[in-house]
Amino acid sequence: MKKAVTSALVLASLALGAGVAQAQTGLLPQIKARGVVTCGTSPGLAGFAMPDAQGNYTGIDVDLCRALAAAIFNDPQKVKFVPLSSKDRFTALQAGEVDLLSRTTTWTLSRDTSLGLNFAGINYFDGQGFMVRKKLGIDSALKLAGASVCVAQGTTTELNLADFFRANKMKYEVVAFSSGDETIKAYESGRCDAFTTDSSGLYAERLKLQVPTDHIVLPEIISKEPLGPVVRHGDDNWLDVVKWTHNAMLNAEELGITKANVDEMLKSENPEIRRFVGTEGKFGEPMGLSNDWAYRIVKLVGNYGEVFEKNVGAGSPLKIARGQNALWTKGGLQYAPPIR
Amino acid sequence: MSTIPTETVQPGKASLLYDPKIRGYVYQLALLAVVGFLLYSAASNAITNLRAQKIASGFGFWHNAAGFDVNQKLIPFSASGSTYGEAFYVGLLNTLLVASIGIVLSTFLGFFVGVARLSSNWVLSKLAMIYVEVIRNLPLLLQLFFWYNAVLKPLPNPRQSIELPAGALLNNRGLYLPDPQLGPGGSVIIWTFLIGIVASIIFRVWARKQQEATGKQYPVGWIALGLIVVLPFFVYLVTGRPISFVYPEIAGFNLRGGIQIFPEFVALLLGLTTYTAGFIAEVVRAGILAVSKGQTEAANALGLRAGPTLKLVVIPQAMRVIIPPLTSNYLNLTKNSSLAVAIGYPDLVQVFTGTVLNQTGQAVEVVAITMAVYLTISLVTSFFMNIYNKRMALVER
Repeated sequence: MKKAVTSALVLASLALGAGVAQAQTGLLPQIKARGVVTCGTSPGLAGFAMPDAQGNYTGIDVDLCRALAAAIFNDPQKVKFVPLSSKDRFTALQAGEVDLLSRTTTWTLSRDTSLGLNFAGINYFDGQGFMVRKKLGIDSALKLAGASVCVAQGTTTELNLADFFRANKMKYEVVAFSSGDETIKAYESGRCDAFTTDSSGLYAERLKLQVPTDHIVLPEIISKEPLGPVVRHGDDNWLDVVKWTHNAMLNAEELGITKANVDEMLKSENPEIRRFVGTEGKFGEPMGLSNDWAYRIVKLVGNYGEVFEKNVGAGSPLKIARGQNALWTKGGLQYAPPIR
Repeated sequence: MSTIPTETVQPGKASLLYDPKIRGYVYQLALLAVVGFLLYSAASNAITNLRAQKIASGFGFWHNAAGFDVNQKLIPFSASGSTYGEAFYVGLLNTLLVASIGIVLSTFLGFFVGVARLSSNWVLSKLAMIYVEVIRNLPLLLQLFFWYNAVLKPLPNPRQSIELPAGALLNNRGLYLPDPQLGPGGSVIIWTFLIGIVASIIFRVWARKQQEATGKQYPVGWIALGLIVVLPFFVYLVTGRPISFVYPEIAGFNLRGGIQIFPEFVALLLGLTTYTAGFIAEVVRAGILAVSKGQTEAANALGLRAGPTLKLVVIPQAMRVIIPPLTSNYLNLTKNSSLAVAIGYPDLVQVFTGTVLNQTGQAVEVVAITMAVYLTISLVTSFFMNIYNKRMALVER
């Protein structure tokens, strides 16, 4: 039903011209006037975006939105989170219901070019995998021939799944559900032999099962899933702000600036750090932000490494290793252009 | 207005401005113009905005490769080579399948419950009342979740399939029936079956004419059974049993061979049928109560028993009241089938407005097509029900 509502909303907003009006005046001034960033996020994916009993969201995607609020308002709480299913998310963004999507969204060519959207970076390098019951006794996705696979529809997941079984000339049965919750419930009730989604999601969903240790994640990663924040076409300034908020968190980790030591860093002699914290040069103003924008991000939210460890890494129940998400200096793929 | 010759105004009357007929036309034209302008500006605004935001538009995606799979399909469809257009037909056929079977079953169940509620048997009528009150007052979505879990949960996994008579197997992946394969000469049986149906219909028409003319009754039911079931079976034996069956067997994770009936389909069908039957039962009850008591009393006075009274006197008159609301229940059932999306049945909304919309991102086109389809299905259903209604209507002389 939600889908129908957002689809109707996108139709209505397109017909009434809301989208274009926003692009012309610029989103950042509007957000400042509104006093809050609206951030489209997952309705509940442990480690990425998950509300607690009080309705406070936590997660790696959530912290990106908090970092934006910190850079704009100097207050990480000035975010309104809009939980969106994977099917509704683009319509909601296109319709202007949210300022950005920070919702485990895979960057693909067709999404970048034909949906009227721009990807502002990659905050998590992911890949699709499979989870099965341990008692099936299989150790590889290549042994899944003939299996029934549960999948949440409306994602690239269905496409990757079909590609994988086609490429390996295996038969399978797909059972697609509109929401992630229904999918994992159907898997648990035995409707399917395997459950597939991005591997980060597999670990998160496994925690929801009655006996998580009865299930294993198979080693095969069958797709590239670079996940990142998304904005609408037509507002380059807002794209810059989102892009550099993410880059600032990466640069902070690379420069060794943490939540704890960022105040000492204000006195640093290192020119790179001085530019970062805003004691040298004016790097915030061209974006429409204050010059201590990056300082605020680290002070109030933390650098990328801290955010990762707290939400999905060693400091969380998920315990996902840094792997591809380590900095480029440590053998990973995370790399940010310099602030200068 | 100035072009209208003054002669048309009758002498002694007020000017054109106060002519109610002309004024009526002017108001209607103005209303049409306003509605037309609103539609036009909404459409052109949408197109401009789509272009401005560089969102792809148009129906070119129809022939693009779909690249995903669907489990229940009535036409061939696979990730390799099928298009979004074919995905649309797969979804549409699945919607029509569940809606048409649902309509037939809910009509039978609804009539039974509706009649049962008026029964003089206290237990039966109370049971029917409880059924109607419970079913009608719970949201359909909840009932679908209930049926899906009720169907799925107690069933074993494929390796411990429940063996049913005639080689059918039941497990939490669905019901597997033996798949009949026509051998050489097998088509004769199909033809005999079809001829049997046609012959039964002709016989029924003839028997009715005979009854109207002479009052003599014929055992139409028994003869139809003989023509449709016994005769083809006889041919099957005579031609040397040319139909063989492929039985489902356990292979790897799942079963291989046989016809698979998916649990999602069964759950959706059960949910839609029981839910709509609750409403139809009330419609039927209302229709029967609308027939005056004198009709039943007259039939009883003629010596008709309860069964024939209901069948020959009450129901035919009740149908006039029943058909219009029955039509809207059929339409509701068809539209409600879109809730399939919640339990993973690949209907039109799930396949087309779900996966296809997300992969193409063309919300405007996909949603517009889907709306047009539901509108068409509803209008066609209404059309046929209206024809039926005309036939059943009171013939006035």
